[in-house]
Amino acid sequence: MKQHLLPIISNVQVSSRYWHMKIDTTEMNETIEPGQFFHIRCSEGIFPFLRRPFSIYRINKEDDTIEFLYLVKGEGTKDLTRKKPGDTADLLGPLGYGFQLQPECDDILLTARGVGIATLAALAQEAGRKGVRCTAILSARSRDDLLAAETLQDFGAEVHKVTEEEGTSGVDSVESLMRDIINRKNIKALYTCGSRRLSRLNQRLAEEYKLPGEIALEEQMGCAMGACFACVCDLEEDGKQRSVRVCLEGPVFPLEKVVIS
Amino acid sequence: MIAQRNMEVSIGSLSLQNPVMPASGAFGPEMHEALDFNKIGAIIPKSITKHPQPGNDTPRVCETHGGMINSIGIQSKGLDVYLSKTIPEFSAYDVPLISSISAESIDEFCEMSDVLGSHPDIDALELNISCPNLKGDGLAFGMDAEVTRELLTRVRQVTDVPLIAKLTPNVTSIQEIAKAADAGGADALTVANTILAMAIDTETKKPMVGNVMGGLSGPAVKPIMVRMIYQTSQVTDLPIIGCGGIMNGTDAIEMILAGASAVQVGTASFITPTALTDVVQEIRDYMERHDVKNIYDLVGSVEC
Repeated sequence: MKQHLLPIISNVQVSSRYWHMKIDTTEMNETIEPGQFFHIRCSEGIFPFLRRPFSIYRINKEDDTIEFLYLVKGEGTKDLTRKKPGDTADLLGPLGYGFQLQPECDDILLTARGVGIATLAALAQEAGRKGVRCTAILSARSRDDLLAAETLQDFGAEVHKVTEEEGTSGVDSVESLMRDIINRKNIKALYTCGSRRLSRLNQRLAEEYKLPGEIALEEQMGCAMGACFACVCDLEEDGKQRSVRVCLEGPVFPLEKVVIS
Repeated sequence: MIAQRNMEVSIGSLSLQNPVMPASGAFGPEMHEALDFNKIGAIIPKSITKHPQPGNDTPRVCETHGGMINSIGIQSKGLDVYLSKTIPEFSAYDVPLISSISAESIDEFCEMSDVLGSHPDIDALELNISCPNLKGDGLAFGMDAEVTRELLTRVRQVTDVPLIAKLTPNVTSIQEIAKAADAGGADALTVANTILAMAIDTETKKPMVGNVMGGLSGPAVKPIMVRMIYQTSQVTDLPIIGCGGIMNGTDAIEMILAGASAVQVGTASFITPTALTDVVQEIRDYMERHDVKNIYDLVGSVEC
């Protein structure tokens, strides 16, 4: 949980709504896991005031860089687009617990929606490195938002794209697709991020097919250090619910435990 | 040779190595990875309630211009977990430990103050008589002078440790409340808790925090707090702990000039995890620059 001031290598717009930023982590000396996040200060002044949490899109150990794929949503992310190569990025992190790739799970299915795709891309990258076969269903408003598809393909993932634009992203269509993939391949674990509806679907299918799974949650955060209790969610364990802090105990949780509101 | 700069301050019988402490609710044990706790004036964990309570609905924070509104609702694991886990976790550090107490009645304040005040690792109590986030339309004990006086009088009877009353700014006259807390037996006053506030998302027409209203903090509130510290210092000799919007040492000095002898740093830690120790260093730098040998030479020294 350290603050790092690191040089920005590039920061470019990659589609109508998404930007991509690459950062030099040579000076950081921290182990970064897929699913972890950084709390980034997007603006210099006092508005927007708070940092913003960003999941990590790619972790490039070979050249000591990390990449973020971010959706420009409000004033904070708009300010972040103004950063230029050579500027300093103010990062707090890496924070939280990332995904676990279990050794016995050599065939995994990822379901991601919107900016959640960025979170699961880092997992696909790790899966590629470890020789884990990976299939990904990527859901977005339009094909223009699915630019990360190629990245996942480069990591060796089999990618299925579904969009609102084409009418293929409804829960029923995704369910058929997931069932088809689970049956056709020998899927051993499910991972999801970015949509409540898809998360519920993943929970349902995980239970039915008796598959382990993990979910990365997105939540508005204050401090991201466990101090402020802003980013809470409920977990259900042994029939009891307990409140956890997403920044501290997540953002990745066992799929079956998260109470999705 | 560098001259000695004395930053020690007293809160009742409690002596602090420097005047900087966290604001309750903006500080947690996990921050030790980023911050050297032994370099701050005191540790104040998040307010504790007698029984576990779940906190408010999400979203619990939202940004505003130069600040944020929070409606956390004092999510708490209750007094038992506080005693068995939180206190040991913090008492390992070499600085005084101040427990912030939130309670639903004067009796409950007394009961908790008795337990916590007699704990060997707890050096002082801060009575959170001002949290605007709980039920009751943002009402708090500290909005009524007579209730404040009675609450302090009753708690004073059960414990000898220094008592700090954390006042609410959501009152017509903070001076009346300050006098009442003083008369009741407080040893110090924290001025002040967050300002009751509300923000609306104009697209969805929904309040920005789940609890509809919450407490405003951050640099936007600082001038109000400076004014309240100044006003409070006019009517009481009790030490004042300034709180609200401090982002750096200059902000802390401003509150000290207004009459505070210590300060709390809250929201700034969310932006810069080392904010507390940065403020300590920046106060020292100011003392160096202005050749101030003792921090008390600055307290209340605004020239009006």
